[in-house]
Amino acid sequence: MARVVITGAGTINPIGGDVPSTFAAMREGRCGIGPLDIPDVERLAIQIGGQIKGYAETDHFNRQQIALYDRFTQFTLLAARQAVGQSGLKFTGALADQSGVIFGTSGGGLNTQDENYRAVYEEGKNRVHPFIVPKLMNNAAASHVSMEWNLRGPTFTVATACASSNHAMGQAFNMIRCGMTKVMVTGGSEAMLCFGGIKAWEGLRVMSKDGCRPFSATRNGMVQGEGAGVFVFEDYDHARARGADILCEVIGFAMTSDASDIVMPSKQGAARAIAGAVRDAGVPLDAVGYINAHGTGTAANDKTECAAVADVFGAHADKLMISSTKSMHGHLIGGTGAVELLACIMALRDGVIAPTIGYEEPDPECALDVVPNVARDATIDVALSNAFAFGGLNAVIALRRFA
Amino acid sequence: MTTDDRIIAIIAEQAMLEPGDVTLDASLADLGIDSLGLVECIFAIEEGFDITVPFNANDPTASDFDISSVGAIIAAVKQLQTDQAG
Repeated sequence: MARVVITGAGTINPIGGDVPSTFAAMREGRCGIGPLDIPDVERLAIQIGGQIKGYAETDHFNRQQIALYDRFTQFTLLAARQAVGQSGLKFTGALADQSGVIFGTSGGGLNTQDENYRAVYEEGKNRVHPFIVPKLMNNAAASHVSMEWNLRGPTFTVATACASSNHAMGQAFNMIRCGMTKVMVTGGSEAMLCFGGIKAWEGLRVMSKDGCRPFSATRNGMVQGEGAGVFVFEDYDHARARGADILCEVIGFAMTSDASDIVMPSKQGAARAIAGAVRDAGVPLDAVGYINAHGTGTAANDKTECAAVADVFGAHADKLMISSTKSMHGHLIGGTGAVELLACIMALRDGVIAPTIGYEEPDPECALDVVPNVARDATIDVALSNAFAFGGLNAVIALRRFA
Repeated sequence: MTTDDRIIAIIAEQAMLEPGDVTLDASLADLGIDSLGLVECIFAIEEGFDITVPFNANDPTASDFDISSVGAIIAAVKQLQTDQAG
């Protein structure tokens, strides 16, 4: 089987417009969650989110592009530009045919849907722009990246709610590993911070009105965020032959289904995914030094996740570090695993563990080293990134420091 | 229907019971209503009485809205109707 490495990374998210600024924010434990600035926010019970402030689409795209690019596609393209640029790859000839795109998103072009439902229902308009369908479709981002960089191999979009990005990156990893492709541009994006997007989440009564405090006894729910993370996954031999700068190695992936409840998480389902990823990576359990948690800040997720980690790692669970960067950027739903993979790369490459900020009070049901409030220096060999979705779908990725 | 009867009907529908089988001292758990069912009950109460119920599933005991029994829920709804009248 081929080895797979990461040779490019890009992002735009509530704490940074690129990877270096995101790393700096994670190191400083900076919070990107604040008051939402969206139409009709006064009619929402939840008025905070991890919104990308100061973002103007016209700074990045022309009128024709904006007619086709929903906000989630825009975020993807901006992040992909950074990732592909860093990799130094040019997709021509055979390489173009051996390279593809797999992204995760949950809501796809939700802003486009929201705006146009408003137009036809609220404003009573009988006509919408001709490109609404290609703009809102979930695969728009993957297709535009494929077109922009001439990636002509396997290209599609995965939608598994909060695990979408991890499922997407897991597929990209396995395609290269089994020799189907040489390079995959992968990750995910979400832009759900519109009236309809928040209103729907409000209904579930799991959102916090005042902040995301994962693992803290004082936590009272999740906070939504928006943005994208994009990576270039590359066949190791291919990367080495061209002398690419390797950020880290992708060594394992596992996915499971709880097959039990549509919203309540399952310790067993999560544990099987975590153990499966370590097994797939072929490393001992005690090689894992850091886990980027799913860590949503809900009562149910955080205690279930900690119990799953304790079950899988036994005594080693007390030695490893586990943090939730959602405390800083919020829950990017279908894009969250992609942005959170950055915390794993920072841990492996820079030796800096991103903190769980907003941590106020220990919860006996989350009694692990959650790296409270302040980043930590540590040398880590193997890191995991957890994602557990509504629908009981779990996906865990394992990464290794590239020495 | 009285407020009591309407709330009992909402809870009975969620529990798939006859309203006569829903007693005031029963908790929702006694009636077989899980966390999703509870959220649906609260939604039905909000819609039925045009009130806003302060409830966060992460910490059901944090708000003043007492959900410990059917009787407590009825009392809490009446209080909210008074508080949110007009």
